[in-house]
Amino acid sequence: MARLSTWQELPAGGAVVAAEAEQPHTGGWRTGLRPDVDLSKCINCLLCWLYCPDSAVELDGTAFAGFDYDFCKGCEICAEACPTGAIEMVAE
Amino acid sequence: MSRLKTLVRNQRGVPPLRGGHSLCQGCGIPVVVRTVLGTIQSPAVVVNATGCLEVATTRYPTTAWNVPWLHVAFENAAAVASGVESAQRALRRRHALRPGEEVAVVVFAGDGGTYDIGLQALSGALERGHRFLFVCYDNEAYMNTGIQRSGATPFAASTTTSPAGLESFGKAQRRKDMTAIAIAHHVPYVAQAAAVHWHDLSRKVERAVAARGPAFLNVLTDCPLGWGHEPRLSAQVLNAAVESRFWPLYEVVDGRYRLTYEPERPVPIETWLGLQQRFAHLVTDGNRQLVDEIQEQVDAEWNALLDRCADDGTS
Amino acid sequence: MSPELLTGGEAVAHAMRQVDPDVVPVYPITPQTPIIQGFAKFVAEGRAQAELVNVESEHSAMSAAIGSALAGARTMTATSSQGLALMAEVVYIAASMRAPVVMALGNRALSGPINIHCDHSDSMLIRDSGVVQLFAENAQEAYDLTVMAPRVAENPDVLLPVLVCLDGFTITHSAEPVELLADEDVGGFVGAYRIPHSVLDVARPATQGPFAMPDYYYEFRRQQSAALEAALPVIADVAADFERLSGRRYRALEPYRLDDAVRVVVALGSTTGTVKDVVDELRDEGRPVGALKIGSFRPFPAAALREAAADAEAVIVLDRADSPGGAPPLFAETAAALYGSGCDLQGHVYGLGGRDLHPEDVRAIFAGGQPVHVGVRGEPCPV
Repeated sequence: MARLSTWQELPAGGAVVAAEAEQPHTGGWRTGLRPDVDLSKCINCLLCWLYCPDSAVELDGTAFAGFDYDFCKGCEICAEACPTGAIEMVAE
Repeated sequence: MSRLKTLVRNQRGVPPLRGGHSLCQGCGIPVVVRTVLGTIQSPAVVVNATGCLEVATTRYPTTAWNVPWLHVAFENAAAVASGVESAQRALRRRHALRPGEEVAVVVFAGDGGTYDIGLQALSGALERGHRFLFVCYDNEAYMNTGIQRSGATPFAASTTTSPAGLESFGKAQRRKDMTAIAIAHHVPYVAQAAAVHWHDLSRKVERAVAARGPAFLNVLTDCPLGWGHEPRLSAQVLNAAVESRFWPLYEVVDGRYRLTYEPERPVPIETWLGLQQRFAHLVTDGNRQLVDEIQEQVDAEWNALLDRCADDGTS
Repeated sequence: MSPELLTGGEAVAHAMRQVDPDVVPVYPITPQTPIIQGFAKFVAEGRAQAELVNVESEHSAMSAAIGSALAGARTMTATSSQGLALMAEVVYIAASMRAPVVMALGNRALSGPINIHCDHSDSMLIRDSGVVQLFAENAQEAYDLTVMAPRVAENPDVLLPVLVCLDGFTITHSAEPVELLADEDVGGFVGAYRIPHSVLDVARPATQGPFAMPDYYYEFRRQQSAALEAALPVIADVAADFERLSGRRYRALEPYRLDDAVRVVVALGSTTGTVKDVVDELRDEGRPVGALKIGSFRPFPAAALREAAADAEAVIVLDRADSPGGAPPLFAETAAALYGSGCDLQGHVYGLGGRDLHPEDVRAIFAGGQPVHVGVRGEPCPV
């Protein structure tokens, strides 16, 4: 993360241009479990993508492409939502 | 193409809400936001009332929003949105905007910023007929400040300002029917939804943004911390709300009521109550009559809703 | 153009019509209602093109104004007293979000008791909000300041709300000769509206109104106060441009017959007109007196005041607002500006709740020996 700005460097009113902001990695919130996928069972229903509170399911077009562990907080909702049991929580 | 794939395509590779925010592990709010914004085809601007969503997503200098986003205060999101909507209208009239799609104005507010402190501004905006979508993510208490009771908190729920104890069974008052209040403003579209029925929510969003005037969506949203359940059980809890008819899914289009989901085999209210710590004090012999009272309230409201749907020839 | 007989409220409505804002949220409160009614009539007759938004409270008026201003639309509104008090939270936020809203303030006493007449307590309530506050002496000035205000508000070094303050009833409802500029001259003077980030800019989305922890809040506040300080030279520049257009000159601090003045009265608003008349009378009687009219209360022209009052022996400040338990606001500013200058400093509070200050009262003030609270029944006279 960059050093803290001086008051002269701040944008007027605190407007943050989305493309210029750096997001903190909330993957550090996980407490020992992370989601893992068995692709042979994945049917690309995309429910895990929709339900993930941290937008941490990555897609390739409209195909499941993995988890973004930088942001996954380990809530297990994806594992619960997966209709085929393709997602399991495993030890880090 | 499946609706979910359409939601993905609508993003054009840029998620409207990205990770890196500090909403709780398993928070029920993002799925509401993602479903709403993913459904809207046109560009959108978000006006956010103070609350969990706003605070957790925009700690300077970060932002989880890839859409234009505006926060002013707690009670005035609908008034701020009125200003944005009026500006767009004025600038279009003067040909001062690049030709193109109209930008959808979407408000996200919690139940506090809708039912209580936000009620006046919302009422005014609805009455004036601004073309905007107001989405209440209703998790039934002031969660951001530590789970205090709001006008949306259900009867007998335990919160930090209506705690259950020897002398109290939790909130002594029934919750407001905010959806009915919105309907009373004669706006083109009002609906109740829950993200666990995401397809139903998405279709409602489509109809809401197509309306030529204000649209109000009341979306039941779980809060693992405030409701007292494991985050991973979110869908199970919300399903219990819908299947027990505690939270009916319906829409009102130009004043005509239509039920959009009817549980085949309604479950008893204990199923809904028993899944959450905030109702744990009810599951004792001494409080049996409260559970019965809640069941009666739910049944009465459900039957009244069915009557309204029947009157409108939609059931 | 020959002058028209207009009340201050009507004059401000004309200025708004000529500035031609895009969005005008309105909510009624005496005594500013003639402003919004006059403007609404212009809209209904097609003489103004704004979207008039009849909001359901003043809090929503300023809230809608922020939404509109940050969506790229020039936005104006008006309020008074309790309305300003209700929207106070949002006024602070408008300043911190750098929304260049222009608002007419029909100065009126704050409740309680409820009172609809003039004093400056409403302006003083939001003294620290970070907005610019310009004070009119009469209807002409109310018109002129409203024309100048957008240029001050929208200046990239400022980007702050600007309040044009005009005394309730005394200016808002009194008819005076007012010279209106030509419509096209006002249009050319204010120019196009521009802000750094519009919420309608979907191509380059920005987040506005963030949450700041202790690691950043203070830097934002410092930046904001720098913007308000930067408004002083901007006011001077805009006033110079305006003088070229109208022949009338405005200053953040206007000296009146200060040469060799021994006793000087400092005041805000319509009272400065009364003070100037009394100065003229006393000067005719050979007394070396003068006046200092504060045109801009925020930003306060402290350096200019110190320089202007350098040779005065006694400076007497008239406050039309009180600060119970402490120093009245204009007195406090003046004292801070003049500290160490060696002159004798005295303050009076007058006119609360619309009580008139007559020329004979001002004479007595110049003479000295008046109680701090002028014209209040029951006040003892100092020995």
